[in-house]
Amino acid sequence: MLNKLPITGKKAVRAAYGEALVELGNTNKDVVVLDADVSSSTQTKLFGQKYPERFFNVGIAEGNMMAMAAGFAACGKIPFVNTFAVFITLRAGDPLRSVIAYPNLNVKLAGAYAGLSDSYDGATHQSVEDVAVMRSIPNLKVIVVADATEARLATLAAAKIEGPVYLRLSRAEIPVIFDGEYNFVFGKAHQLIPGDDLTIIANGYMVYKAMEAVQALNRKSIYPRLLNLHTVKPLDTEAVITAAKETGAILTVEEHSIYGGLGSAVAETIAQNYPVPMKIMGFNDRFGETGGYEEVLAKMGLTIEEIVLNAERLIKKKSER
Amino acid sequence: MELTKERLVELKQISTNLRHTILEMIHTAGSGHIGGSLSCVEIITTLYLEKMNFDPRNPLDPGRDRFILSKGHAVPTLYAMLSYLGLIPRSELLKLRKIGSILQGHPDMRSVPGIEMSAGPLGLGLSAGIGMALAAQLNKESYHTYVLLGDGELQEGIIWEAAMTANKYKLNNLTAILDNNGVQLDGCCEEIMPLGQVAAKFASFGWQTLTCDGHNIAELMTAFEKAESYHTGPSIIIAKTVKGKGVSFMEGKNTWHGRKIEVGDYRQAIAEVGGISYAE
Repeated sequence: MLNKLPITGKKAVRAAYGEALVELGNTNKDVVVLDADVSSSTQTKLFGQKYPERFFNVGIAEGNMMAMAAGFAACGKIPFVNTFAVFITLRAGDPLRSVIAYPNLNVKLAGAYAGLSDSYDGATHQSVEDVAVMRSIPNLKVIVVADATEARLATLAAAKIEGPVYLRLSRAEIPVIFDGEYNFVFGKAHQLIPGDDLTIIANGYMVYKAMEAVQALNRKSIYPRLLNLHTVKPLDTEAVITAAKETGAILTVEEHSIYGGLGSAVAETIAQNYPVPMKIMGFNDRFGETGGYEEVLAKMGLTIEEIVLNAERLIKKKSER
Repeated sequence: MELTKERLVELKQISTNLRHTILEMIHTAGSGHIGGSLSCVEIITTLYLEKMNFDPRNPLDPGRDRFILSKGHAVPTLYAMLSYLGLIPRSELLKLRKIGSILQGHPDMRSVPGIEMSAGPLGLGLSAGIGMALAAQLNKESYHTYVLLGDGELQEGIIWEAAMTANKYKLNNLTAILDNNGVQLDGCCEEIMPLGQVAAKFASFGWQTLTCDGHNIAELMTAFEKAESYHTGPSIIIAKTVKGKGVSFMEGKNTWHGRKIEVGDYRQAIAEVGGISYAE
């Protein structure tokens, strides 16, 4: 039961990431930051201003930046590679795969402007497939960040994880849903709201949308469990299987293609362990488009109302079993 | 430092033995890249046995010079050298490309001590070398990073991204060597995609450019020393080589880029190359 959302305000995820990098730069001298001419967008300029000797702006050359990071990591550095999610995945995907993931080098990949968050720039700058691509590369770990608080904690955590980690970051200024008490544990699902009628599993900005949806469902006397599954790989299979067993239905919500992302990871787990009725909400095999962030999300079907509707349908399906 | 005549004769003999070893390895494997492995033998011999600060008894010494084989398909030459140095058991050499072997078809930095960077997709080694050279500056280490490129590899756009970057950071601790054999998988570079004036191109990107005979160890040494003593920025040594060097019917032939060496061809190749194999 959720009476009131614990929202303390709004903050841009990229700003929190930029600040976290500065914090990290102070505590860990091995951290170096690479950017491909988008440091004002990614907010790595904050690190660059504070630690210019450890900041490398390589120009508009993403593949070169990625392979450079391999060299840094092979010599004991912890490079954070920065550009838009869509470019870090596919423009720089070959060096990422072959000289970072394959040798399991300690490189951190920060995919900025992920999902539809760069809404006005349109489909070329929005990422619909990054989680699917990253998740399928061996050795690579994947974290999808839900708000500014989690951006900071995930960035600090990534630096402590040995091997390549992908951080999926939003451009958007979105509600801060976690306070200073929030305990981010890499690889572990975080239960935001207890409940037994079904489980809603979300990550990224969709966690906030799901919280709103849970409030609406509560008013209809439906009590879903809500999990923030920030780590898509390795997946907390135990939490997912437990949710399937205890609530009997699962709805996933992600700002990503319905192919290969959070929903797929959850489906793979429950299909092989404890099949229950399930619905995957995301982009239905289509690119985004230009417009206001909320407008584009709505056009892609990612609204509070759609979450409520899908939750109700799932509960019906569950009762018919 | 000028090499003595005796030492040059010795290094030449080692190069011959490496060629023999490479041919035996690829023949036994039943596949592999022959032409580009044979063309870079003297380059790798000179680097490992004369130029680089690299102690095989301490292959992880933080101060060691780094070598990246960006043209990763020539890895049989590197394996043969690392085996000569004692880093790979000689009994492992003929397991190249076999299931369970540490000798993967392309360099895997996690499986073989002495391999500094995984490689395979062409064009990535120069950028990785830039990362190593920048890390040296940050770590206040004086090591030098060497990157061996193929000439077909220069067709990859990322090489030129890296060329700009090395100039931006004035990386005088980075030297690229071009194994300029003029031939790639499908044919001559001139025919497949002309490279134009390679030296002029790198010079215009702010690099010192040096040229030498890539099969002449004394010339290679002179070029390496010029590269090391150049303090303004990065250097590239354009080493003129012959693809398939040492075997008459393979020389300059793209058809010997990568394939199986049948028994008859193998016998003739070994007869022409001479020397002994380091494989057991």
